[in-house]
Amino acid sequence: MATVSKTAQGESASAGSRATQLALTALLGLFVIGFVGFSHAEVVHNAGHDYRHSMAFPCH
Amino acid sequence: MTIFRNAVFAAAIAGLFAGLVMAAMQSFATVPLILEAETYEGAEAPAHDHGPAAATPAAPAAEAHSHEAEAWAPADGFERFAFNVLANVVTGLGFALVLIAASELAGGIANWRQGLFWGFAGFAVFTLAPGLGLPPELPAMPAADLFARQVWWIGTVAATAAGLALIAFRGTAALSILGVVLLVAPHIIGAPQPETHETPVPADLHHRFVVAVTVTNLLFWLVLGAAVGLLRQRFLAEPERLSGRLA
Repeated sequence: MATVSKTAQGESASAGSRATQLALTALLGLFVIGFVGFSHAEVVHNAGHDYRHSMAFPCH
Repeated sequence: MTIFRNAVFAAAIAGLFAGLVMAAMQSFATVPLILEAETYEGAEAPAHDHGPAAATPAAPAAEAHSHEAEAWAPADGFERFAFNVLANVVTGLGFALVLIAASELAGGIANWRQGLFWGFAGFAVFTLAPGLGLPPELPAMPAADLFARQVWWIGTVAATAAGLALIAFRGTAALSILGVVLLVAPHIIGAPQPETHETPVPADLHHRFVVAVTVTNLLFWLVLGAAVGLLRQRFLAEPERLSGRLA
């Protein structure tokens, strides 16, 4: 990861750090969606069954 | 990690709100239709059994047979409802994180009205495009191999998102044309289809379900987009000024 400056008041994070953090944000989001919506673990499938159907995620 | 922290904070609020709205909509719009469709599943199979396909993606999914050890499943009634709410809230956070990351890279959502347009984009990417090839399906309906469908679904979402981004944020004609190609390509490749579409589920029930899923997803994305638009000014517009307050 690029230098994540512990920004002092008023100093903004560098563009590279900003992009890295936003990429991390997206990855975390995709991981969460993937786990709840796409995990093949049967317990996870059963718990989120109605949700998967209601979101038109591939199910069964 | 100020931006990351603020993004997660804003996503938690927007995702919680949109997820609760979605769960409420589902409880009267989609879940009753799912329960109705489950009555068409083989009488010998318990409601939650979806056959070997759920556990082993390589197995053909068309036939459902109960298997030896039943995995845990929430009990019908409140428990099932509660887990549906939980799934909605957790993935609401996930979708909010993705939406915030994408929109911040494009300059951020200025207000709730602009958020509606980002919501439309999210709806197009996550519901409309994959739903063309793989329409929302009910229990007791035949489907192709689960893993193949998941691959097509994820590929379609990625291609649609990239296509829309190329058209919206890159000024050249060539990249816009590439964007259109990316939007269309998954549908030329085609989604994995079952060998037969024969199902005991009445066509009318399925049609109502497709409409319910599509409309509830549209509303979910509009609420999420508007919520992110409203929250941005507070949490993301000036992250450096916020670091003191949220530390």
